[in-house]
Amino acid sequence: MDALSQTAEPRVVLSARGLGKDFSGFTAVNNVNLDVRHARIHALIGPNGAGKTTVFNLLTKFLQPTRGTITLMGTDITRMAPDAVARMGLVRSFQISAVFPHLTVLENVRVALQRPAELHTQFWRSLKALDVLNGRAEVLLDELGLTPWRDTRAADLSYGRKRVLEIATTLALDPEVLLLDEPMAGMGHEDVHTVADIIREVAKHRAVLMVEHNLSVVEDICDHVTVLQRGEILAEGDYATVSNDPRVRTAYMGSEA
Amino acid sequence: MARGSDTAPAEATPVREMGRGTRTLLLVLALAALIAAPFYVYPVFLMTLLCFGLFAAAFNLLLGYTGLLSFGHAAFFGGAAYFTAHAAKVWGWPPEFALLLGVIGAAGLGVVMGAIAIRRQGIYFAMITLALSQMFFFACLQMPFTHGEDGIQSVPRGRLFGLIDLNQTLNMYFFVLAVFLLGLLIIWRFVNSPFGMILKAIRENEQRAVSLGYAVPAFKLGAFVMSAALAGLAGGLKALVLQFATLTDVAWQMSGEVILMTLIGGIGTMLGPILGSSIVIALQQRLATSDFPVTIITGLVFMVCVLLFRRGLIGELAHSRIGRAMGLRPPG
Repeated sequence: MDALSQTAEPRVVLSARGLGKDFSGFTAVNNVNLDVRHARIHALIGPNGAGKTTVFNLLTKFLQPTRGTITLMGTDITRMAPDAVARMGLVRSFQISAVFPHLTVLENVRVALQRPAELHTQFWRSLKALDVLNGRAEVLLDELGLTPWRDTRAADLSYGRKRVLEIATTLALDPEVLLLDEPMAGMGHEDVHTVADIIREVAKHRAVLMVEHNLSVVEDICDHVTVLQRGEILAEGDYATVSNDPRVRTAYMGSEA
Repeated sequence: MARGSDTAPAEATPVREMGRGTRTLLLVLALAALIAAPFYVYPVFLMTLLCFGLFAAAFNLLLGYTGLLSFGHAAFFGGAAYFTAHAAKVWGWPPEFALLLGVIGAAGLGVVMGAIAIRRQGIYFAMITLALSQMFFFACLQMPFTHGEDGIQSVPRGRLFGLIDLNQTLNMYFFVLAVFLLGLLIIWRFVNSPFGMILKAIRENEQRAVSLGYAVPAFKLGAFVMSAALAGLAGGLKALVLQFATLTDVAWQMSGEVILMTLIGGIGTMLGPILGSSIVIALQQRLATSDFPVTIITGLVFMVCVLLFRRGLIGELAHSRIGRAMGLRPPG
């Protein structure tokens, strides 16, 4: 597969066709087509209320689509449950940092590792049984620079580090497709760079779809951009194409673009 | 990642190490007290305390460690009391098998009630469990084997493993104590296990647990059935101790009482439910002979707890300096 990812258009791992969602008469998302490719970073941008998070919730099955189909690595997942989709390798993060606050940093990562290791149903064994996962967890913490906080409760971390921990937990599942909902939101300048580097690194071996408001980050790291407006796709292409599109400029009037 | 003022902390460890030694000492003392107690206190009263302590601890497994408020736990407690009583009296089963039947019966009820209720949250979950336990109450009222309003009376305690005569009060006491400790050990292991870790994660952030691929309803159902089975163990034991099983055990008031016991003691703590149930039972026994309505007193105690000790007695203690020095772990 690595040889394949070197070519211009790697395989599509996650695709949506004619995706739509109505909330009691109000159409939040309409006719969205997306192709998320292996080893590519795909950005989903658009003004507030454009339906980016709704699209995320539909793709990860946290919401049931009203119309359309979703395919993950050749399997139709349109009617599947969110946990089943996660087990297939489509793992998401959340807009508000999603860590387990009273668990330590190490335990947070281990929770993700428990299921693939089949250490999640054993109610008769001691917690020491989980120590076999420490090695793998520590490697992840080390890669993301979290080693000094190994035994700190997640609640006591700074905001930026909570987001990094969330990424570490997500990566622990070694997902095929990573959906990141505003991974840089509320972060300081330095943290943004660190996280951007992490995302670039992880995208070498997997597909990444991210919602992001920080357009300089999008320009910097994303290969493909989809612009949403009022629940529909407004424009699509690489950053240069999209940012020069007059319709996108109008939609973003007054903002950075 | 230079932002933020958090630095790797190194404080907690010495306190915890000191706490561990104190905790072991306290456990040994408590065990010694439990062994010595029947020589000083009326043993049937002590056995009642142990039964209800186990019941509240089983309930707390669900409320404190899974975050589900069941308003139907009387069905498991009272149902198991009926099953055990019937097996021991009518079928002449030895106590250990009669008790086992009660546990299995309660677990079976737990599977049915849990499967129906588990996908609902908060108050809806509580209401569905209440409705289902009321249906079970009605079934108990109507079914011939429960003897309706009379209940099953003079249940024989029998001989444990065919050897130990449980009609000897002290033998019975130590049997009850052993079952009680076994029950607590099961709860402790369950909470501090790989499964318990996932339960904790679900309680802390359910959405995130789903996004990590965990089938959350299955985990909640697992905890529900375990809680039901242990509540059944307590109920069956109670039927052997007091030698009767009646409608009181399956009535909704019993479901309410176990919530009260757990909240007074402190949810999410190992000792809280045991202390809470002891207080409630002791109050009931003390006031049983007086004209003063006992529900008013327990109601007042409950109000004081809610207003002053939101975490419950043990919960507040664990959060205090003294509690930490004693090695109590704050819930959460």
